[in-house]
Parts: sequence; structure tokens; C-alpha cells
Amino acid sequence: MATACPPAGSEPTPAADAGRPDASPPLFPVMLLSAAAMGYEVLLTRLFSIIQWHHFAYMMISVALLGYGAAGTFVALAQRTLLPRFDRVFAGGAILFGLTAVAGFALAQRVAFNPLEIAWAPEQPLRLLAIYGLLCVPFFCAASCVCLTFTRFAGEPHRIYSFDILGAGAGSIGIVAALYALPPVGALAVLGALGIAAAALSLLRRGMRNRRLAAALLVTAAAAPIVIPADWTSLRPSEYKDLAQMLAIDGTRIVAERSSPLGLLTVVESPQVPLRYAPGMSLNATAEPPPQLAVFTDGDGPSALTRYDGRREPLAYLDQLTSALPFHLLERPRVLVLGAGAGADVLQAVYHGARSVDAVELNPQIVELVQRRFADFSGAPYSAPGVRLHVGEARGFVASGRERFDLIQVALLDAFGASSAGLYALSESYLYTVEALQEYLGHLAPGGFLAITRWVNLPPRDVLKLFATAVAALERDGARPAQQLALIRGWKTATLLVKNGALTAADVAALREFSRARSFDVAYFPGIDAAQTNRYNVLARPEFHEGALALLGADREAFIERYKFSIVPATDDRPYFFHFFKWRTLPELLALKARGGLPLLEWGYPVLLATLLQALAASALLILLPLGALARRTRDDAAPAISAVRVALYFVAIGFAFMFVEIAFIQRFLLLLSHPLYAVAVVLCSFLLFAGIGSRYSGRLRTDAATALRRPATAAVAAIGAISLLYLVVLPPLFRQLMPLPDALKIVLAIALIAPLAFAMGMPFPLGLARTAGGAPALVPWAWGVNGCASVVAAILASLLAIHAGFAAVVVLAVLLYALAAAAFP
Amino acid sequence: MTNHLVGFGRIFALLLVALAASPARAQDDFDRQRRQMVDEIAALARQTAAETGRPSLDPRVIAVLGKVPRHRFVPANQQQAAYQNRPLPIGWGQTISQPYIVALMTDLMNLRPEHTVLEIGTGSGYQAAILAELVQTVCSIEIIEPLARQAGERLRGLGYARLRTRTGDGYYGWADCGPFDAIIVTAAASHVPPPLIEQLKPGGRMVIPVGAPFLAQHLLLVEKNRDGTLLTRQVLPVQFVPLTGKR
Repeated sequence: MATACPPAGSEPTPAADAGRPDASPPLFPVMLLSAAAMGYEVLLTRLFSIIQWHHFAYMMISVALLGYGAAGTFVALAQRTLLPRFDRVFAGGAILFGLTAVAGFALAQRVAFNPLEIAWAPEQPLRLLAIYGLLCVPFFCAASCVCLTFTRFAGEPHRIYSFDILGAGAGSIGIVAALYALPPVGALAVLGALGIAAAALSLLRRGMRNRRLAAALLVTAAAAPIVIPADWTSLRPSEYKDLAQMLAIDGTRIVAERSSPLGLLTVVESPQVPLRYAPGMSLNATAEPPPQLAVFTDGDGPSALTRYDGRREPLAYLDQLTSALPFHLLERPRVLVLGAGAGADVLQAVYHGARSVDAVELNPQIVELVQRRFADFSGAPYSAPGVRLHVGEARGFVASGRERFDLIQVALLDAFGASSAGLYALSESYLYTVEALQEYLGHLAPGGFLAITRWVNLPPRDVLKLFATAVAALERDGARPAQQLALIRGWKTATLLVKNGALTAADVAALREFSRARSFDVAYFPGIDAAQTNRYNVLARPEFHEGALALLGADREAFIERYKFSIVPATDDRPYFFHFFKWRTLPELLALKARGGLPLLEWGYPVLLATLLQALAASALLILLPLGALARRTRDDAAPAISAVRVALYFVAIGFAFMFVEIAFIQRFLLLLSHPLYAVAVVLCSFLLFAGIGSRYSGRLRTDAATALRRPATAAVAAIGAISLLYLVVLPPLFRQLMPLPDALKIVLAIALIAPLAFAMGMPFPLGLARTAGGAPALVPWAWGVNGCASVVAAILASLLAIHAGFAAVVVLAVLLYALAAAAFP
Repeated sequence: MTNHLVGFGRIFALLLVALAASPARAQDDFDRQRRQMVDEIAALARQTAAETGRPSLDPRVIAVLGKVPRHRFVPANQQQAAYQNRPLPIGWGQTISQPYIVALMTDLMNLRPEHTVLEIGTGSGYQAAILAELVQTVCSIEIIEPLARQAGERLRGLGYARLRTRTGDGYYGWADCGPFDAIIVTAAASHVPPPLIEQLKPGGRMVIPVGAPFLAQHLLLVEKNRDGTLLTRQVLPVQFVPLTGKR
């Protein structure tokens, strides 16, 4: 159809290099650029986790999509200048992507941004904006190339979109693979090189005669990773990260480093000032921990790699932690340690004479460090008698096994500093949800204990939220929470026990004796008396005790509602255990700034919101700015104009809806595939792959009458709605059945489930674009940009909505948006 | 980029200050800012007392805050902010605490002139100077060598000659200097080092801020009873409107 219509604008295309009528769209270069840009987005998340903190992940998503939105506007406004020079602009843009991908990061990490000071120092938000601006540029370059291709070859949106989206899929898998093979900085150089290679490939298309230049570019691309001076890109972590703080001490040195998509592990030795990591050790303890190496993940932590020579005595300090409590209530238990890390909890179990220990650890590199690289030091605890190691994700391991344990220990995995500052507020965690606790309880032998240790924060946050979660899990199982729970606390950590069965008088006596000997306070056990609490580590009010009682009592809902922080139990639908922020408390905390109130603010949430506002402002600017210019231009056009408002509505709606569905179902499938990386890679990649196929398929539906495109678009949207809603109901119970299957089979099933949904989701965009190209070609880049901007906002909004209403609500909203899109089809 | 702009803005501001004011007038300016800071903290303390019924800060502590030149303890590029009631970066990933928190920590130690105090984590030396104004003997240990050297020179330059500083590991305290009536541990610790508890006199008090840099969440107060047993308290610097509401 659209071959007859001019590519864009109303002017005839000048006879520059774009005049070659036989030139084909640079499909492979588009794919390569999409892959590189997607990889760059993921890589930035990784890099910023290392140099700053991981809540920047959200910023990276919006930075990328903002670059896309800006590119749409830019191409819309400048298409008359750009289109005649398509080949040069494309190649130039691709090269610029390559250069700025590396330079943008190198410069961004030289901006002296310190998020910890953001509330105090007025220059900090400006610095954040500078980082935003710098990192936008590479995405802008790549997106300009892609957008210009859509505009130049307006008759073939289906083909271009399918390569674009396939590239993004390949990029998301490729970067995970690359991060196993290369250090993050190496992957950065490779992505830069990919940009230049895309430029070279675009010059080698049919009808192009720039072979010499292409060859030169290819050589440059190949050489780039080698010739970039290491100093430009070497990582400069914030001096406030735990690792940087430790390295500031004389004599400390890094003795090993491992990098994978799961994180950068750094092992540090400090002979003069040894690490002495015993979080919350009883003040009555006189023994100090044995020599330890510090293991940092992305510069945060540390967790301790403790020297173990088979002798029991040096491990005595492990009996002085609150987490040792369950061992005093059980005889030679069969123990399952979830999140075994560098092995402290396994040693604790060994110290207490556990009959067997099953240890689950996600990251094989930390296991390698403990078991091989530092085996002489660590005594290879994972191969001690009775200890079995399982490399895998904790929740999935529990759900897929049939074995029962006397004790399930959930280790203290996150760093205190980051946790207390609310930096994890936005990260989904399926380890501490009501459903997860039910799963753990289902794998306890009669009389067995689930023990979860958390950091103590004041006023209490995660401990009470955990307590509320345990109460909810027990109630769902029809158990008696008041009889089965116990909570003790030191000054730094608290341990919650959940028993499979009622706590006995002997249990309570042992618990009280354990706590008394270590000056830990009891906060709850069945039959507790207020006089027994708040004795050793005195709080102005016995908030843990009062909170526990309130959460077990009849006015629980009112208590949760009244509480200054959000302690609603986390569920699989709203898996935000670390989110404690409440709007109601914000004014009070801000008013208390001068008196040290700010540290109590959970930063993750306001940062997310600030990012959303930034994205909204930028998107509005990018959409409204060109609207005026374009409206004038289309009015002048002789071509039959279609309503710009309808185009905007349609592309905004499908932009939001696509991201909502994708993000919500990534979360759902995470529960099936459990391993966070494989899950995201598999789900994202299948989404994009099948959407790409759907896009190609939609190309066959074209008829001469452009208006006839409405029917397939409506059909696609109806299919998306039906499948999404069906999955919402069917997937959770189905996944529970599928859990015990082998991983490979689960991956195949996941792909099969995603295929029809994604296939349908691939169609609305190219169909709408084809319709726009037929009716108002000047609006094509703008439609593309509008869609990009909507996706920016959607990526952030999805998390925000999920925090408050859950992922199911996000999907329902997406279905409504798709319905709106169908109605607004231009 | 912004870095440079901010840097430029700062140079410009400094230039204006240099043109407009002689050193003596700059000194006057800092004195005035310090008085303002002290007034602010005193007002905050009075508010706290009014809201909670807890006694406000010891007037001696407030008086000392009005005496120690805080601007001499921060890097040159932070001097303009020295008397704002906020934490400031001092390099090597370390900070100088918010003045209100300094006042609160000092107050919690219940100091008397004849006391001997140990500080773990000298940092800029500001807290040490405050302590030295209040008690007879202050010993302060800093683990980061350049910071320790800098702080030592600074404190000597300001005339705190009796204040003893050294570079080293604070875990084992400073037995030669102790036992101590009070210990303040400003360095992050996963647990309270047993040797420090040992060096604390019966009746002595130890104060530890808990939280990330810039983000001290609450203060841990360890009291050693006359019989050697320990009592800890966790003190939230801020007073909420009653947290759980009416029950």
C-alpha cells in the first residue's frame, strides 16, 4: 500500500543519497542498534548498582525511554532536513551511539553526585539532572536512527518493528551472557563497538557503495574495546559505599573479584584491622569473632567469610546472635538455610550440632570463592559432614522439593545501611511474602521452626511487617498465630520464630533463658506479660511488644492503618516487603529534619516518584512541543489528515498498556522460573520475540484501504485482553502445580504461555503506524515518540501502582487501556 | 558539567566574599552564623522538652557548641555550610555529624569536668574538640591515616593541646588512656566491641550512632551499672507525635 505515499512531509524528496529507490531499510543495523541500546540500559543498571545504589535501576529505564521520546520529537521536527540525508544520518547516529555510550557513562560517573546528601545540598538534584542528561544522549542517538528508519521506510513498519523488537530481545539475553563473560566495563566497550558496527553494516546494504568506509568502521569497532583507555571507564564507586569505606583503611586490599549479572563480588583482606562481623552480637559476649574476610556484593555488605579449621570453639560467637535462638529449642535439627552466602549460617548450624544442613545459595561465584579459592581459609564449610549445597533460588528450591525440615533459617541477606535507608523499597522480594511463608511452613516437620532474622530499625518497620506477614500466613493456613509465634530482639537484630504447632512451656522456658543470658529482650511469646519485655535494651516505649500484640489482636487493621510506616503484609501480588513509606508521615519527617528526622525517610519511594514527575514533565514537553508545529504542517498538507488527537490517544494507550502487561507478567513468571536473571531474560526475550513475529504477521493483514486496518487491530486488542485476564486467574494455581518440574521444562512452558499473548501484543503498534503513515505521514515519527514517552512513564508507574494496588490491578488497567486504544484507532 | 557550573558558582561567591570582606569581617560572619546555629539548636531542644516533657539539652553543651569554630573542621569548599544544621562530607567517605546530633550525643554522655572520655572515629575532630571543652581528658582514635593526621594537626592548631589522638584500630580501645567515664563510637560497627565495654568504668556511658553515613537513624546508649551489668537504650533523636496513636 504505502509505497505510493511519500515517505514523510509533503515535499518531494531531494535527490541525495536517499534518492536511491532500491535502497532497502537497514534492518540488521536497526536490530543491532536496538540490541545495543537494550543491553546498554541493562548494563547501566548494573554499573550504577556498583558505583551508587540499586534504586537507580528505575532511573535507567526512564533515561532510556526519555531518549527514545526525544528522538521521536527530534525526527518529527527535523525530518525534512534528515530524510534526504538518511544514510549519512543513520550511520552518523549509530557511530554517535557507540561513542556516547562509553563517554556518557565515563562523564556521568565523574559528576560528584551523592544521593545521601540530596535532602541537604541544593546542588545534588542538579547533579542528578546532569547524569540524566548525559545518559540520555546515547539512547537519543540510537533511537533517532530507528525512528528515522520508520519514517524513511514508512511503508514497511511491520518489518522494521519486528527487527527492532527482535534486536531488543537479543540485547536483553546478550547482555546477561556478556556479563558472565566480561567485567561490566568490558561489556560497556563492546556495546560501544556494536554501535559503530551497526553504522558499518548500514553502509553495506544493497545499493550502497561505501565498502571502504564500512571496512574502516568495522576495524575501529573491533579495536575499540582494546584502545579505550582503562582510566576513562574504570569504575569510581561512591566513597560512602561500604567497600570504599573499608578500603580507606591502611593495609586493606582486594584479594579476589568475581563479576556476573548477579553482582560484583569483592573479597577484601585487612590484616591490620581485621573484619569482625558479628551483627548484633550480645553485649555479654567476651569472645571476638575469628579472623574473617569481607565479601562485598556491588560494594555493599559485607558478609563475612569466616576462618574455620574444624574446631568448634572459635565459632562460639555465632551462639551470641539472636539467630541462634532456634538451636536452643531443637535437638540436632535437620536445617535448611536459605541464602547461605559466605557460610555464616551454615557454620552456626554446624556449631550447634545440626544433624544435616541443606544450604541454598543463588550465586555460584560466592560458592566458588568459599569452596575453592579460599578453601584453606574457610575450611570449605559446604562440604563439611552432613552439609549439602544447592545452587539456586531459595523460594523456588523450597517450593519444588518435598523434604521437610526441623528448622528453616532465612538468613540476613541485605546490608544494614542500605536496608535502613529504604534503598530496597522498590525491589520486589518473593522471599518475605505471605505465600512464601506459607510455602516454608508447609515444609516444616511437626514441631519444626521457621526462623527469620531482620535488622532492627526504630521505629520498628521490617520486624513488625514480618510479624504481620507471619500472622497472615498462619491464618490462611487455619493455624493459631498467637500460639505459634515468638519474637526476640537485640539492639541490632531481631529473630522471629514460627513453629509448626503450638509453642510449649519448655519452648518458652528455653527461649527466655536464651534471651536472658544474652541480654536480648523478648517481644512476644504465647502468654507473655508486659513486665517481661523491654528490660535489657530499653526503648522509650516497648514498641515491638505492643506492635506484636496489636497485630495478633482484633484491632489489627486499625493498628496497621494508624501506624506511621507501611507494615501491610507483602504478598506475591504486592511483593514490596521493604516498602514502608507512608504519605501521611512525610510532612512530619520533613518537619523533623533539623532534629535528625530525615534518616527515617524511606528514600526509594520518593526517588521513584521524583523520577516519575521528571519523566512526566519531559514527556509532556516532548509531546506538546512538536504538536503545534506538526499540526500546522499537516494542515498545509494535501494528504487526507487523520486526527492527531486520535493518533496521540492510540499510541499513548498502547505504550502504557504494553509496558504494564510486560512488567506485570515478568513478575508473575518470576515465581515460576524463580531465578531472577533467567526469568527476566526468558520472559523479556520471549515477549519481544513473539511480539516481533506478531508484528511481521500483521504486515500480511494490510489491505489497500488503510481504514480496514481497524479490524485486525481490534481483534489483536481483544485477544490481548482475553488472554491477560485468563492468565491473571489461571497462572497462580497453575504455577503451583508446575513448580516441581525440572527447570528446562518450566522454561519451555513459560515460553509457550507467553507466545500467544506476546504475538497479539506485537500487532497494535505496526498496524497503528501503518494507518498513520497512510493518513498523515508527518505524524509517523511523532506517533513513535509519543509511544516511547508513554512507555517511559509506564515503566515507572507500573511499580508505583503495584506497590499500592498489586500487579493484578496493573494488568486490569492495561486491558482497559487496550480497549481505549481500540476505540481511538485513528 | 554541573560540577563545573557549581564549582564556578562557588569560585564566584568566594571572590565576592574576598572582595567584600576582610578576614576579620569573615571571622565576624562565622561568629554570627555560629550564634544563629546555637540559637536554633537551643530552640529545638526547648521544643523537644515541651513536646515530650523530657529535659532539654545541658546548657553547658549548648554553650560549647557556641564556642568551637565548626568552620575550621570542614573542608574549604564546605565552610559556607559549616553552621547549617546538617551533616557535611569531610572526604574519605566520612562525615561531620549534624550539629543537633552532636549536641544530643554529647548530652547523652552526662559529662562532668573531671571525666575521661574515649572517642572512636576522630573524623574531622569536631566532636573531640567539643568533648575537650567539657572534660579533663579526651583520647581519640581514627583508623583512616590521613584523616587522623589532619585532625591531629587541626586540633593542636586550635590549642587543644591536652587532647590525645592517634591513628589505629579502635576495636581494642585505648587501655593506657582509660578506664573511661564515657566512650563515643562514631564509626559504624556490627557489634559493640567487648574490649570497649571492658574499658568503660562502672557507671560509665557509651554512645553509638546507628545508621549509614549522613543517615544516623538512632543512638545506642550503653550504661554500665555499678555492679558491672549492662543496660542499653535506643534513643530516637526525633519525637514523633505518638506513633501508634490512641489505643
